[in-house]
Amino acid sequence: MQIYLPIAEMSVNVFLLLAMGGAVGFLSGLFGVGGGFLMTPLLIFIGVPAPVAVATEANQIVASSASGILAHMRRRNVDFKMGAVLLVGGLGGSYLGVWLFGVLRDIGQIDLMIRLSFVVFLGVIGGLVLTESSRTLLRRGRKGPRTKLHQHTFLHGLPFKMRFRTSRLYISALLPLALGFVVGMLAALMGVGGGFLMIPAMIYLLGMPTAVVVGTSLFQILFVTANVTFFQSLNHQTVDITLALLLLVGAVIGAQFGARFGARLRGEQLRGLLALMVLLVCAKLLFDLITQPENIYSVGMLGSHS
Amino acid sequence: MSAPRLAPLFAMLVLATGLTVPTPVHAADPLIADLSKDSIEITTGFAGTDVLLFGAIEGEGDVLVEVRGPASDMVVRRKDRTLGIWINRDQVGFADVPSFYRLASSADIYETARNKTLIQQYGIGAANLDLTPIGDVLDARQASFRAGMIRNFEASGLYSEDIGGVVFLGPGLFSVKLHFPANVVTGTYGVQVFLLRDGLVVSKRNYSLVVQKIGIGAQVFAFAHKHPAAYGALAIAIALLAGWFAGFVFRRT
Repeated sequence: MQIYLPIAEMSVNVFLLLAMGGAVGFLSGLFGVGGGFLMTPLLIFIGVPAPVAVATEANQIVASSASGILAHMRRRNVDFKMGAVLLVGGLGGSYLGVWLFGVLRDIGQIDLMIRLSFVVFLGVIGGLVLTESSRTLLRRGRKGPRTKLHQHTFLHGLPFKMRFRTSRLYISALLPLALGFVVGMLAALMGVGGGFLMIPAMIYLLGMPTAVVVGTSLFQILFVTANVTFFQSLNHQTVDITLALLLLVGAVIGAQFGARFGARLRGEQLRGLLALMVLLVCAKLLFDLITQPENIYSVGMLGSHS
Repeated sequence: MSAPRLAPLFAMLVLATGLTVPTPVHAADPLIADLSKDSIEITTGFAGTDVLLFGAIEGEGDVLVEVRGPASDMVVRRKDRTLGIWINRDQVGFADVPSFYRLASSADIYETARNKTLIQQYGIGAANLDLTPIGDVLDARQASFRAGMIRNFEASGLYSEDIGGVVFLGPGLFSVKLHFPANVVTGTYGVQVFLLRDGLVVSKRNYSLVVQKIGIGAQVFAFAHKHPAAYGALAIAIALLAGWFAGFVFRRT
């Protein structure tokens, strides 16, 4: 059954969209990741214009983080003060990101930027996770040397120190501001929540306790993707509600199955699998960038929104 | 649809329009034609459609049908390999490029030399469209960008030529199936039908066809463009509601 997507202005099979939502939802439930970094490239692969894919995926992440955050709030796993500081940076970053998106589109480089950003991020993340999980698998049973719990670096010498009670931290507000800013920028340019970058940074860079990391990052992601949705709609009219809803239905159901299935698998194997998948998507994007396109000429509307 | 199946349908059309077959049409109207519909509605289930053009000619001759979609200014970009990656480097703008182009004819119009003047005079054929580059562009450069643009439109099914696509069903009766893919642009499409004899245009008729979005999809599109701020807020509200609803449902199970 074909459905005409009003903003993407293309006809797509409904079941394909539901299956994509379901598959990415399954993976996100299985691995406990957002899924935006897989869904945006998939949408581009099936022919959705890259700007629409990015903006619509941001809209879908609003929904998936909204459903996740309530559980974390009930368990008091959200550091609202840290979340607020991250968010201030995030709002700035995402606003600037949407503006930059428009500039890049006008000069005809937005597709390239989106694809390149994905190649770099997926490549780095996939590579890191793969080495880490394979090392853990090989070193199984042996104990590595314990690293110091808290290392002092130049980051702790930064000014504007702030106390974050829930996270039991006294650090410079510049750190979460900058982190939020970078993640907000990624949300606007790539249509990802940015959890894959923010969660490790919160643990290793800010030194937050792991218990509050996921809830706090969801808090930031919810508001930042909402901000991206708003400004992409306002400036570029690239948010396709129909597409977002169809993906959402599949994703919600898929995530439930993924979470149940994931409970039966070992952590390192899971991470290894995720890394392989991420690298596969990365390789496909890279392959498309380096092979000569069938037609080296592309056409766009001049001075209008397309 | 195959030609034999169309024959009864066409006979009805002929009767309805008061034409008699095979009695020749009036000398003043050596060409008469009509479209099976004068509008295409892009609904939620739209996946492209076919429009039939029927007609009758008096005496001998070839029929040529040309459809042009609404024109707009386009920018054509060329990718070049830079550091191993194909990147948009150079660009040329063209004014008033038809968003859609169909050419169908009963005979190979490019074959005979005498059609050449006709082709040039009316700008018939995608390669002969009268497209003006924006700004000063060298002819050679313009030609390669222009060809690249047309290849692009052909690949996406928006431009095509169907030599022999106009089929004669009986003496003087012709029909042609015009395909409109799912990615057509909305607006008014101009349909020109030519009757050619010995390289000359004996008769020419113009019709128009409106492509419009209707239904919920059209409303979503119009809302997104007319009230972008409200649309953005609505998109967020829907996502929040859907997300909370999903969280609520699956907490219970």
